[in-house]
Amino acid sequence: MSKLFTTTALLAALALPAQAVQPAEGETLADSQTYTYWLLDAIKSLDPAKNTDVEGSDVLRQLFEGLMNEDAAGAMIPGVAESHQESEDGLTHTFTLRDAKWSNGDPVTAQDFVFAWQRVVNPETASEYAWFLELMNIQNATQIIAGEMAPDQLGVRAVDDKTLEVKLTTRTPYFLKTLSHATTFPVPQKVVEQHGDAWTQPGNLVGNGAFMLESHNLGVDITMVKNPNYWDAENVVMETVRGVTVNDNNIGLTRYLAGELDRVQIPAGQYPRLSQEYPDQAISIPYSCSYAYVFNVSDKGPEALKDVRVRQALSLGLNRDIIVNQVLQGGQKPAYSWTHWAIEGFQAPDAEIATMTQEERNEKARALLTEAGYGPDNPLSLSLQYNTDENHKKLAIAAQQFWKPLGVNITLNNVEWKVHTDRMQNQDFDMARYAWCADYNEATTFLDWFRTDGYNSGKWSNAEYDKLMAESKTAEDTAPLYKRAEEILAEEVPAAFVYHYSKVDMINPAIKGLPTQNVTNAWYAKDLYRVAE
Amino acid sequence: MFAFILRRLAIAVPTLLLLIVLSFVLMHLAPGGPFTQERALPPQVLANLNAKYGLDDPLWRQIWNYVYGILVHFDFGPSFVYPDRTVNQLIADGFPVTLTYGTLSFLAAVLVGVTLGTLAAIRQNGWLDYLAVGISIGAQVLPNFVMAPLLVLALTLWLGWLPGGGWSFSDPSFWIMPVIALSTSYMASIARITRSSMLEVLGSNHIRTARAKGMPERRVILRHALRPAMLPVVSYLGPVFVSMITGSVVIDIYFSTGGIGKAFVDSALNRDYAVMMGVTILVGALTILFNLVVDILYAWIDPKIRY
Amino acid sequence: MVIEHDKMRSLAARMAQPEVRGRSPWADARRRFLRNKAAMAGLVILLLVALFAIFGGQIAIWSNEELDFSVMGQVATMGHPSLENGHYFGTDDLGRDLFARTVQGTQISLLVGIVGAGIAVIVGTLYGAVAGYVGGRTDQVMMRTVDILMSIPYMFVLILLLVMFGRSMTMLFLGIGLISWLDMARIVRGQTLSLKNREFIEAARATGVSTWRIIIRHIVPNLLGVVAVYATLLVPLMILTESFISFLGLGVQEPLTSWGALISEGAGTMSYGTLWQLAFPLFFFVITLFGFFFVGDGLRDALDPKER
Repeated sequence: MSKLFTTTALLAALALPAQAVQPAEGETLADSQTYTYWLLDAIKSLDPAKNTDVEGSDVLRQLFEGLMNEDAAGAMIPGVAESHQESEDGLTHTFTLRDAKWSNGDPVTAQDFVFAWQRVVNPETASEYAWFLELMNIQNATQIIAGEMAPDQLGVRAVDDKTLEVKLTTRTPYFLKTLSHATTFPVPQKVVEQHGDAWTQPGNLVGNGAFMLESHNLGVDITMVKNPNYWDAENVVMETVRGVTVNDNNIGLTRYLAGELDRVQIPAGQYPRLSQEYPDQAISIPYSCSYAYVFNVSDKGPEALKDVRVRQALSLGLNRDIIVNQVLQGGQKPAYSWTHWAIEGFQAPDAEIATMTQEERNEKARALLTEAGYGPDNPLSLSLQYNTDENHKKLAIAAQQFWKPLGVNITLNNVEWKVHTDRMQNQDFDMARYAWCADYNEATTFLDWFRTDGYNSGKWSNAEYDKLMAESKTAEDTAPLYKRAEEILAEEVPAAFVYHYSKVDMINPAIKGLPTQNVTNAWYAKDLYRVAE
Repeated sequence: MFAFILRRLAIAVPTLLLLIVLSFVLMHLAPGGPFTQERALPPQVLANLNAKYGLDDPLWRQIWNYVYGILVHFDFGPSFVYPDRTVNQLIADGFPVTLTYGTLSFLAAVLVGVTLGTLAAIRQNGWLDYLAVGISIGAQVLPNFVMAPLLVLALTLWLGWLPGGGWSFSDPSFWIMPVIALSTSYMASIARITRSSMLEVLGSNHIRTARAKGMPERRVILRHALRPAMLPVVSYLGPVFVSMITGSVVIDIYFSTGGIGKAFVDSALNRDYAVMMGVTILVGALTILFNLVVDILYAWIDPKIRY
Repeated sequence: MVIEHDKMRSLAARMAQPEVRGRSPWADARRRFLRNKAAMAGLVILLLVALFAIFGGQIAIWSNEELDFSVMGQVATMGHPSLENGHYFGTDDLGRDLFARTVQGTQISLLVGIVGAGIAVIVGTLYGAVAGYVGGRTDQVMMRTVDILMSIPYMFVLILLLVMFGRSMTMLFLGIGLISWLDMARIVRGQTLSLKNREFIEAARATGVSTWRIIIRHIVPNLLGVVAVYATLLVPLMILTESFISFLGLGVQEPLTSWGALISEGAGTMSYGTLWQLAFPLFFFVITLFGFFFVGDGLRDALDPKER
């Protein structure tokens, strides 16, 4: 990866003091420092090893603290790690930990990280995110996950209480960027061993984050209060953070407008109206997820989709401008690349398709289909599978109508998430909607998906692409490699990329400090404060 | 009577067994399992997991272990989707909520419905009658998934009287909207049934006799008419209870009450076998119990019935 | 919405009584039914709704799946009901014509209601008639089974079925139909017991007519009144059930729609200035439910008059 990650630069970056939260000039703090935000669903788990979703990560980021945090722009800043050293070959990372404490007063030690990481890869824990440690390229992670090695063989070691050493299998440019992920958070060994699965319940849970768990009513709400034992507690202004579950987004908006919530997602299509009515509250910021229709090119897939011309035609015929401007209407961008446009250091290739008008695209699509032997006389019939969701449904209906004039008949196939996933993994579909969210702010998190051994449920495979991705792991300058990879995706069309996400929310203007520049949308309640209205 | 109760309880056992087997088999036939996830697990890990939760046993054995666990340890097993909690905990958290607003809705529906129906019958063809009939006609068919968002808009956003959702056992202001949304259509049905059956009773000979004796009207209604007029209402109550529990899905979704209605739907969609089974058995047992109570009540009101 | 079982039992009892010589109960019933204003109003409503479902498509300018790109994205301002652009009922959130969708939703909902009620009534009648007529051990086993099935929370099983077999129309019909046959079976069995020993049945039996034939030819026709009333009253219940299933997203799938799906979509967006999306489907839903209800009640009162 880039020079940004050389040892010296990092040391300098890590040496900076954590920025203290300060109200700006002319702002008065509100008497009650509370922040109430919307959750779509119940928090499934508060165990860093077992959490799998964004909403869970948002809570864990307050209750625990990893080696690194992210600042408002998404750059890595020190968390529990005070400084960091990388060996010449890039295979050994050594972290020096600061004097941090657990919420019960015990010191946070390197051993806590070792315990937590070994626990993640231990097959007995059955962590769904164990692969994350493989992604970090930690030594032996793969073998331990597969049950071939004991968990204590993991390439992570407590040199002493304050020194953590991590051994990697290969130089990993994005390694530091993975360290703010919830899966890498430390967990208190004593507490976990004492309470077993119940250790995450209110009263049992001990964390090292800026907040402590006060109560958690599954599917109703979760309340966190300031942790006086947090190492930087004196700079934390916020006192109480509450996540409130509202299963229906429309009701969520109603309750926001009634003043019950400080932040809520804007339902699809409502952004234009709300941004006019509440210009200081409706926001749309880039959010590093991409939406696509994946083509099944495996043996089990339909014959037609193995023809690259058909795939190109389908991609061309998809009117992304209408999807973005007339269906979603929340500042999303049409996607002509898999990697989200706002990802750090990523430059999208100039796609021809992006500059054409839709008429030209349809023209070309028709020509390609005719060439491939399809047309009004020999219509192409395919099914489009999507998982149950109001927005996926809308987009699928629109796509069906876009493709119809091209002589492509689409059957919509709505299934719930488990079936959707099961069928995608078994190549039991024609086209399937899919979205990928960045696990860290770098292009490989997207591009790895299409590697032959990546998740790649359409089973597309391209030797040059695989080679590029392998090279990118150790290359000094990765931008041209990623660009070339995207070019291959644009030519080969293993999936029709639809749009790049935005986070479209209503935010109470009294709440300050929520990041608007960070594409992964990681937020820390310790940076928030509420001003008097 | 006693023998009747015994017989009904004896039926409960095969019913519950049938329910367990039926849902167990259905659930396992469905594509996707509890560990189906976006990033497919390595086969070894999947095998470990299946072994840990006993999912690699033959189906009959799984069912047997499950029933055994319930009978011997009263243990409904672990949740796959909420790994921090057991099914017993999930039900212990959610069921009291559903039971609270369910019982309140039930009482509200019966009390208001019967009162409204009786008043309408007494004042047949008066303005009160027309009003009651009019309201109950509209309320009977308004789906509660229309009613619920309307209530939040009106009572939370516009009037600001009530919290728009959530749950608290100590603060009744959280109970009001769920109860209104859940009870209204049943209330209307009960009012309608009461009205027509009351009219019938009021026209019967023994009421005419009572009136002819110069008994005050209030006494006629309360002492003589109400009890026989309740028979059709009581026989309606069994199904009401069950559909209230089912309808609680809507309440849980709109008001985020954290009840078991949504837990059931979620568990079915997420293949959270144990939670799904736990809730099904609970609701099945309640259904049996409630049908029994209704039958006993029926016999108590109508002395003609012999079991 | 509810079927009053006491009244159904009373009706069934009456239908099983020997006929009074020289007067057809059906002619009487017809007269009483025609005099019942609510029932007639219900019948007219149902006819109109049926006409709407059958011929509404002819009037529609747009199809039920076409997207009107000129409206899409600004539905609140451009998508309101209008005669000019042919969206008589306005458009839905995607710019699809709500008139065409309501017509199509009406077809599906009526179909689900009628087929579902049909299945329930047929299964219930045959089951009850067989149990009652054959009697003895068979009857006991069959009715115990009904008792057991009565205690199963059906909506739960239906949700499981739809999750398991995917969301198909057939499953919906079957699932919804199979929910409600139990009551019917009980009522029919009771009346079969009293019909069984009547002269004409005994005569048939004596002449060696087969059991099955007796049930189909002699028992069932005598229960026709109950069956008709029960079916009419079941249809609205089936439609309500379907709407609930649609709310859960397990009902008919796009591009097809139903009242339940349309209402639940409309209810979600009711505060965004597109109230017509809720109003039109809800209107048809409500009037149809009442149509069936009034007609069913009217039929029952006509066949089982109570002197008041």
